[in-house]
Amino acid sequence: MARTATPVTGRLAWPIVAGAVLALAVLVLPLLALVVRAPWADLPALLASSAVLEALALSFGTAILATAICLVLGIPLAALVARAESWATLPRRLLRAAVTVPLVLPPVVGGIALLTLLGRRGVIGEWLDRVFGVTIPFTTGAVVIAQVFVALPFLVFAVEGALRSSDRRTELAAATLGASRWQVFRHVTLPIVAPGVAAGGVLCFTRALGEFGATITFAGSLPGTTRTLPIASYLAMQTDPDEAVALALLLLAVSVVVLLTLRDRWLPGATA
Amino acid sequence: MPRASRPRGAAALAAAALALTLTGCAPTADQPGGSTSPSEPTGAAATGELGEADLTVLAAASLTEAFDALAGQFEQANPGVEVTVSYGGSGALATQVLEGAPADVFASAAEPPMQQVVDAGLVSAPEAFATNTLELVVPAGNPAGVTGLANLADPDLRIALCDPSVPCGAASVELLANEDVTGAPDTLESDVKAVLAKVSLGEVDAALVYRTDVLAGGDAVDGIEVPAAAGVVNRYPIAALTESPAPGAAAAFVAFVTGDAGRETLAAYGFGAP
Repeated sequence: MARTATPVTGRLAWPIVAGAVLALAVLVLPLLALVVRAPWADLPALLASSAVLEALALSFGTAILATAICLVLGIPLAALVARAESWATLPRRLLRAAVTVPLVLPPVVGGIALLTLLGRRGVIGEWLDRVFGVTIPFTTGAVVIAQVFVALPFLVFAVEGALRSSDRRTELAAATLGASRWQVFRHVTLPIVAPGVAAGGVLCFTRALGEFGATITFAGSLPGTTRTLPIASYLAMQTDPDEAVALALLLLAVSVVVLLTLRDRWLPGATA
Repeated sequence: MPRASRPRGAAALAAAALALTLTGCAPTADQPGGSTSPSEPTGAAATGELGEADLTVLAAASLTEAFDALAGQFEQANPGVEVTVSYGGSGALATQVLEGAPADVFASAAEPPMQQVVDAGLVSAPEAFATNTLELVVPAGNPAGVTGLANLADPDLRIALCDPSVPCGAASVELLANEDVTGAPDTLESDVKAVLAKVSLGEVDAALVYRTDVLAGGDAVDGIEVPAAAGVVNRYPIAALTESPAPGAAAAFVAFVTGDAGRETLAAYGFGAP
């Protein structure tokens, strides 16, 4: 007991230190290069261009909407995944796999999958087009759908982790005192897992903001409608690398600011 | 006890991943070995006069089918030479060259991206090897009943164009301006093959691509010739990179593409003579 409680001190073995330093370099050097190479003098002009502002507004608008949808859909799914702990092995694993797959899938594959489902000749899209005259690809709605697809798992796992580590006795007490299941969830469970929900929401937002592969595949790229910051940055790389670096820097800054606003306890790993 | 073994396992995993990364990098780093072999006399009967060389060719997306064929023919004529072609938007490829991508030959779909590379002193004397013009393309059967360029102004139709930052997009802008059509695109794609894919999938009603792409699209698409397109001609330049580790093989590939055999293959894929 006493031994496990003692914090581990002293030096790490040198291979560990060497590996850690190398790993850190892999993570940090590219971003550092971005900062060094940035066209600082022209930055204000580059970032104030109407094309950049348009992409920025579109990115923020769609990412906020996608996060809101993820919250509405993801919290119930997280509750289900947490409850699934008591299920039989097969359905439990299937449910978990369904939530995990978008997380590990290359986003382009997600975009192709969305196109086969919702495209004009897609499984559902063909019917939507015929019956309602609605086509989804190449609309801002398609951008949001692509973002929800890739970002939802982040929210689900953050909330599910918080739910599983929460103390169930408070909920039991509320139920004993006559609260309905919905009341228990709304007034007891949700406040308890609020930090997990906030962490999940922030991760969800940054993932949505950075979404590229599924968006360009499923939603295309039209300024003001579907051309988000990452896509604008990718296209700028073809003609004006300075602008591409400026846009990349902007995305990096947003991500860093978002992460800094997170308390340590909200970071993944700390919640689980 | 199991607690002690877990970190060790994780460290081993990390070390394995690191080793993988390092060995993964090594072959590319050592590649300049190919630079000496072309000049070296080779005794192997299976190797041609160019010796062993790995050529990396960066080519415009619209060249995909033609250059796949040309690369195969060149490899057959020069045993020991392996050609790898990387396709993309010409502008993106030019950026890759400027950023020092290890390549031997660059083939662009228009002059501006090549000029960027020339200005940076990375190639000398590019040579025109083909021309291409635009054509309207629709999904097979033309479900939206598209008849001409004027349909591209219809906001009710789903329309894809190349982004103006890539050669096919610049040509599209010029063609539409010449004909006084204000295009109503729903998406501006980063290369011509992405536009073609949207048409083959039936996701858009009409698009402008090169006539060679209409041929490459096969049964999935129909082409509608646009007479005015003859007034907007893309000239494709090709050049060997000065920093190519295999200058002999790179020059030979350029000569092959610009020569009679190359021109014949390019013509078969719908490209015009320069």
